[in-house]
Amino acid sequence: MTSTPGGLKYSTSHEWVRLEGDVAVVGITDHAQAELGDIVYLELPDVGRRIAQDEAFGTVESVKAVSDLVSPVSGEVIEANTGIGDATDTVNQDPYGAGWLVRIRLSAPEEVEGLMTPEQYAAMVSEA
Amino acid sequence: MGAAEAVRRTPLHARHVDLNARMTSFAGWDMPVQYAGVLPEARAVRSACGVFDISHMGRLKVSGPGAIELLDKATTNDVRGLEPGRAHYTLLTNHDGGIIDDLIIYRLAGDSFLLVVNAANTTRDLAWLKAHARAEVRISDITPDTAMVAVQGPLAVDLTERATDAALSGVERFAFYRRPDADTIWCRTGYTGEDGFEVLAPADAAEQLWRALLEHGATPCGLGARDTLRAEAGYPLYGHEIDETTTPVEAGLMWVVRLEKGPFHGRDRITAAKESAPERRLVGIVGSGRVVPRQGYTLATGDEPVGIVTSGVFSPVRERGCGMAYVARRHARAGSVLSMHVRADRHRVTVVARKDLLPRS
Repeated sequence: MTSTPGGLKYSTSHEWVRLEGDVAVVGITDHAQAELGDIVYLELPDVGRRIAQDEAFGTVESVKAVSDLVSPVSGEVIEANTGIGDATDTVNQDPYGAGWLVRIRLSAPEEVEGLMTPEQYAAMVSEA
Repeated sequence: MGAAEAVRRTPLHARHVDLNARMTSFAGWDMPVQYAGVLPEARAVRSACGVFDISHMGRLKVSGPGAIELLDKATTNDVRGLEPGRAHYTLLTNHDGGIIDDLIIYRLAGDSFLLVVNAANTTRDLAWLKAHARAEVRISDITPDTAMVAVQGPLAVDLTERATDAALSGVERFAFYRRPDADTIWCRTGYTGEDGFEVLAPADAAEQLWRALLEHGATPCGLGARDTLRAEAGYPLYGHEIDETTTPVEAGLMWVVRLEKGPFHGRDRITAAKESAPERRLVGIVGSGRVVPRQGYTLATGDEPVGIVTSGVFSPVRERGCGMAYVARRHARAGSVLSMHVRADRHRVTVVARKDLLPRS
């Protein structure tokens, strides 16, 4: 079983969102990292980039596959977790903590309400 | 394959389930893709010892009068010169010099041979051999009655000797040991770039062998690690580097083609291809970063496409992407720098000889 912490919101494309005021911290879920396997490469957006909800903003690449990172919210990228550097396995080991990917200043905060609750996301991945 | 067709299970299937392996369908078999993870498993093989279930590989027995004539005509290496107790890598070619399969032939005795072929090609190879065999040649598929495991890594020989009572350290590369009282064959071959054995055993002996190897410290490894290790070592994989449209000349496999041995399928075409020099060559590529080359990516110089990636992996040894590619001859020299198209970006890769993909410490 993979973990789905409370207090976060989740997207159908397996990203999570943690609200810090008007900023959303975004990463990929434990389920997503487990499905991908060992992550070896990340392409993250530049700070200042404006992205729309459901837009691909980067790439996560594992030993097995390449996947788009899809933004659960609209806004401006104010920080990308480039500190991960070559230690991309941080995303495997701590997807909800040190493995976060971007911080986005929300331009449409109401979008967050439309995302899934932990219970809804856990139910979705257990059916898959 | 039709949905109604059952997925095949190896004699070790229950062990993989016990170990919580992630399973996948591969060439009609339900196989372990990973246990602890592709990278830790690949690292275990480079530093110590890993064990793989490779029972999905096809095992064909060819024997009787006419067996040697059949294999001499159907394959490219010098099977007549292969001594009993030894094995060699070879190619099954079509009449156009294309590669039907790559395989290892073991000479069990004078006119008795064992062929280990790719899982996805077993049925086709069997049909091809039968179609070209004289009536007195016996050809049988012994895959369902047997199992096969690969034990690989710098500690593999020592570990296998301790785990079993086979006397293995004196067995030479591409030679095999056969215990007088049993049907198990231990061949000093592999597909990882490391020392070790590929062990062929009766299906009902497989579990005991597997357990003994694990108890002595071998790390169970899945198909993911197997692919990483073979690509990192520059070994071709059927369907990626070689197929019926590639010749041994461009694939750099002429070391297993004996043009002088007499007629064999495709010899004239291969001879002509060799004399005209191929337009493209199979080479190794090493990336400048961690991005993984993937089959089908374009290699270019400026805006001009000059190659295509056939396999790529994240190399745990180099800590960067590496793989193989077909590249136009004028850019195929070691040291040539090309640009790999990855989505919207361009990444620099350097051409190396396939044998130099895996750095030797």
